[in-house]
Amino acid sequence: MSERIIEFRDALREAMSQEMRRDPRVFLLGEEVAEYDGAYKVSRGMLEEFGPRRIIDTPISESGFAGLAIGAAMLGLRPIVEFMSWSFSLVAADPILNNAPKMLYMSGGQFGCPIVIRGNDGAGGQLGSTHSWCVEGMFSNVPGLKMAIPAFPDDAKGMLATAIRDDDPVFFLESERLLAMKGHVPEGDYYVPFGKAVVRRPGTDVTLVSFGRPVHFCLDAAEELAKEGISCEVIDGRTIRPLDIDTIVKSVKKTNGCVVVDQSWSFGSPGSEVAAQVHAHCFDDLDNHVMRVHSADVPSPYAANLEQEYLPNARRIAEAVRSALYVA
Amino acid sequence: MSSVTDPAPPATTGGRPLAERTSATPKQLQEWLRQMLLIREFEIRTMQAYQDKKIGGFCHIYIGQEAVAVGCTAAVQHADPIITAYRDHGHALARGMDPKYCMAEMFGRIGGCAKGKGGSMHMFDKPNNLFGGHGIVGAQTPLGTGLAFAKKYQDEVIEGGVNKHVTLCFLGDGALNQGGFYEAMNLASLFDIPVIFVVENNGYSMGTSIERGTSMSHRIIAKGEGCGLAGYEIEGMDVITVYEEMKKVADIARAESRPAMVDLRTYRFKGHSMSDPRKYRTRDEEEQWESGDPITRLRDAMIGGGLIDEEGFKDLNKAQKIAVREAITWAENSPEPDASELYTDVYVEKFGPYIGTSMPQIVTDAEGSR
Ligand SMILES: Cc1ncc(C[n+]2csc(CCOP(=O)(O)OP(=O)(O)O)c2C)c(N)n1
Ligand SMILES: [Mg+2]
Repeated sequence: MSERIIEFRDALREAMSQEMRRDPRVFLLGEEVAEYDGAYKVSRGMLEEFGPRRIIDTPISESGFAGLAIGAAMLGLRPIVEFMSWSFSLVAADPILNNAPKMLYMSGGQFGCPIVIRGNDGAGGQLGSTHSWCVEGMFSNVPGLKMAIPAFPDDAKGMLATAIRDDDPVFFLESERLLAMKGHVPEGDYYVPFGKAVVRRPGTDVTLVSFGRPVHFCLDAAEELAKEGISCEVIDGRTIRPLDIDTIVKSVKKTNGCVVVDQSWSFGSPGSEVAAQVHAHCFDDLDNHVMRVHSADVPSPYAANLEQEYLPNARRIAEAVRSALYVA
Repeated sequence: MSSVTDPAPPATTGGRPLAERTSATPKQLQEWLRQMLLIREFEIRTMQAYQDKKIGGFCHIYIGQEAVAVGCTAAVQHADPIITAYRDHGHALARGMDPKYCMAEMFGRIGGCAKGKGGSMHMFDKPNNLFGGHGIVGAQTPLGTGLAFAKKYQDEVIEGGVNKHVTLCFLGDGALNQGGFYEAMNLASLFDIPVIFVVENNGYSMGTSIERGTSMSHRIIAKGEGCGLAGYEIEGMDVITVYEEMKKVADIARAESRPAMVDLRTYRFKGHSMSDPRKYRTRDEEEQWESGDPITRLRDAMIGGGLIDEEGFKDLNKAQKIAVREAITWAENSPEPDASELYTDVYVEKFGPYIGTSMPQIVTDAEGSR
């Protein structure tokens, strides 16, 4: 296989384009996705290839076009909805939370909702309180949806392709901060199965579990901690629903320590869920309770220095690891 | 009225003597010119500071639309609430915010109007009755209705009906397509709430021209009419016109306690935000609108009316440049917010319910100041 290096955003586009070539029911809609090539250039060139029937510019009507896509999915199409940012999904809360994930259940299995909703998620660019949402905390609470959050370009392609083929609604969380990241991405068909976490860095002293962009913060922290003789195993969860607790438990049984790093707020979050499950499965293996590093429990601040402090940065992760290992 | 994609902003101001065109005093006209020059200079320096990475996040420039904020603000009283979207620097300055606080906010400094916590898109100024800068498209429209509701409630229920207020709620043409806006209009009409929805119709929402994104784009006030709102179409590149027409609209809304919708035709001279190559419109179109620059138009009208000369204009402009330079220096010298500020203002009580063993370290460290 060739060692082709492309950007995260190109990997996303490749997944969409390949699936659209394969399946005429797949189409993309959202603000600025067609003529503007996407606000973040994820859909660049797609209008040219697929035309305006399948690459559809919408007005700033998230509730309307998300609902439209859900209706289309009920009838058998396979829409991809792009939100410029997940922060803007909140005005579409009813269709995406009350309709999409519950349709199959409410209709007793008659109407499914094979939709992918994707867009930027997370703080990090001084966008302030309204534009920095990490929706994984809030939305992962809802049964009936799947949630994928890739941290590397190859996963961006493989997980998005899987999402488009999935018959259930998938919330696909991208990070604007990672879109320009380059990496090896396989050409041709490439699917990464949901519910399979991956060890990004093997280690022996403590298990770091994370999802999406903070996986990179964990890898940075692990690098730092290695200099102090602390060996971290870093697990990239990849999907939050389904959650691959088995891979996490296997690692914690080996390291006897666990720190969860999650960019959403701490209260009722993927981080608290992982911690609860690890406590349940590894109670006798743990040398300390599971530690958690989250975004600070406040609205995202604008000021650069406050935002850095707000994020689950490498320094805060390293502190949590030392604390978990009783290293003063 | 000219359509927005076929711009033909009249470069002249009608040829009629100033005194016939406006009831405004020479002092008022001079003040509007000053405000527009201040906004223009402020925005030029904001763009530079953004490029120098002194300002972060999303930043939307108001150049070209100055006559709207200045003319509309002049047409209401200082006690009348104003609320707007994220393209808000012009409204803040027109409302009387000190440029220092506005600039320091964007620099993320403690001296900013919101201690550096809000940023460019979220300008709030309580003393000047500016209720934000709102980043989510359309979010301010129900809030604007609420401000007007509260003012009316205060005026009638609490104070016995001696005063009457109106609220100005600005929105972009792109916000016409948010569902919340229709709910806001319906409520305002149903409850007789004196809120004026001022659509700053600059013809584009990001890269989408109004025709591509909005039905009935040739007559958007029809959307308000569907809810029973009086509708007005006003040319927005001439501050005198904006003032005179908006004054009438505001006076009616105030007297009758009724909502209204205004289609204010304007143009943003720069990109949507700081990272927009503007490929969706032609240089030709831009130049046509630039030839109707609202500052030039007022300046020429005032020179024609003998209210200012070239020299006086230069002095006025220079004074604004100095004010903005001072604002930048002041912002640069304002300290970053202390780390403990992360946890203040979340709740009314300082550090709020961050209690007991779950208290964050930063709060514990700052305990002395509790
Ligand atoms: C609900 C929501 N969707 C999308 C965005 C992203 N966005 C910010 S500004 C903008 C365009 C708005 O255009 P318009 O209302 O015409 O205002 P203008 O920028 O012209 O002042 C978009 C799509 C947002 N902030 N909020
Ligand atoms: Mg606009």
